[in-house]
Amino acid sequence: MCGIVGLYLKNPKLESQLGSLFAPMLIAMTGRGPDSAGFAIYGDEVPEGSIKLTLQHSSEDYPWHSLSAELEKIYDTSVSVSRNADAAVLKLEADEQAVRGYLGDHQPDVNIMSVGRSIEIFKAVGLPERIVSQYNLEGMQGSHIVGHTRMATESAVTIEGSHPFSTGMDLCLVHNGSFSNHNRLREELRRRGFQFQTENDTEVAAAYLTWRLQIGESLEEALNSALKDLDGFYTLTIGTRDGFAVLRDPIACKPATMAETDDYVAIASEYQSLSQLPGIDQAKLWEPEPAIVYTWGGAAA
Amino acid sequence: MRTYDLADKSVRDLNQALHDLPQDANDEITVLNPNGLHAVACGIDAPVDVTIVGHTGYYSAGMHKLGRVIIEGNVGVGVAENMMSGEVHVKGNASQAAGATAHGGLLVIDGDASARCGISLKGADIVVKGSVGHMSCFMAQAGRVVICGDAGEALGDSLYEVRIYVKGEVKSLGADCIEKDMREEHIIELQALLERADVEDDPRNFKRYGSARQLYNFIVDNAVL
Repeated sequence: MCGIVGLYLKNPKLESQLGSLFAPMLIAMTGRGPDSAGFAIYGDEVPEGSIKLTLQHSSEDYPWHSLSAELEKIYDTSVSVSRNADAAVLKLEADEQAVRGYLGDHQPDVNIMSVGRSIEIFKAVGLPERIVSQYNLEGMQGSHIVGHTRMATESAVTIEGSHPFSTGMDLCLVHNGSFSNHNRLREELRRRGFQFQTENDTEVAAAYLTWRLQIGESLEEALNSALKDLDGFYTLTIGTRDGFAVLRDPIACKPATMAETDDYVAIASEYQSLSQLPGIDQAKLWEPEPAIVYTWGGAAA
Repeated sequence: MRTYDLADKSVRDLNQALHDLPQDANDEITVLNPNGLHAVACGIDAPVDVTIVGHTGYYSAGMHKLGRVIIEGNVGVGVAENMMSGEVHVKGNASQAAGATAHGGLLVIDGDASARCGISLKGADIVVKGSVGHMSCFMAQAGRVVICGDAGEALGDSLYEVRIYVKGEVKSLGADCIEKDMREEHIIELQALLERADVEDDPRNFKRYGSARQLYNFIVDNAVL
């Protein structure tokens, strides 16, 4: 099992309510995934040339300000920090790869949850309800959000194994299902220089999509390649800087249901998650077809 | 006439009340606020009329017997699975595996049904006024399935003795499923099913599909080694 949820606002007036609209959607999927939960929220974009890092450390007292002071020295730039429970969002003008390299070498205990101009990923082990309150999801604003509740089947219950998985700048992946060819694919991707932190199958799919995008494919092309190269049962939702994409495997054993109104597009594993959304009674409701790539917002670009 | 509001009462409360009905209960029960909950109105075994106002989750009206359940909304996976008798009527769309393994009774879906509608059907009748998804009637053994719209890929794969009537396009037929002649007996049978489901259509607009009966015995040439 596992639960997938996503909400993309078409009406910018609702952006201040994104977190409060989404929190009950995530909590409604507790039955499908009580082990861990997480979400990737998009908003509060930094200008071109700047990046936003969401970092996490096992200690809630981690000295984020000394880390940012260090980064300010190295990159000769100002760094803004906002702490959120055991995570922190850092904004600075710097190169993504350079910062990743520095953190990997000097702060190996710090988990890089996401890097981008808009994305922030927060995830943890525990009940979705706890994670919602830990990071104060209900108070968050933004344009769109993708979330996941996990019932682990393929690998251990750890923060590293929980979703969303970051798949490059402003991209993330959530997955319900299991991939059967992830071991071989992981070896292939290792040969191409990818590094893996876990034995998790979704991490392999995330790395696979990162690779396809790196070689110049659009997200839509990368997902069509995934249909050929990923073997297994899956419903995927991919968050992008300005939208999201949905893909189900050709057999479509894993559920997905969608709702669209003038105000939003929403996806969830089950209708329960959508039932509290405003205007759901008048929404267009449907199931995404198997083996078809769906995109909303700028996800096609 | 009783009302159960699932905003206040649990699905367990509702189902227990339905199970406690006497065999001669000609009750009418309305269920409010199902909000996608699973297993709503499962295991009914009395001639009762249950109307569910809203969308339900998985296995709605599962293991149904005798009564009639009307769902004024969409249903999740496995509506009326293992139904034995009576009637289940979905006014919206149905998700996957609608009517799975149902032994008897009538399942009517006013909208579309997605993949694997009527999988392993064992004797019930299903009328879908819209279209059905891929692998519908997979390994279906007995009963009749009427599809007023189109059918997805691999219709009737590895089916036994179910009879399938389709008005629209069939994307592809599954292994051992073939088109068959519409004889007079099939026109009469289909006419009766359309009438029971309140569909006004000429049975002559439909095509019949069934088993070529080539997979009943093991044939070594079918084995992929």
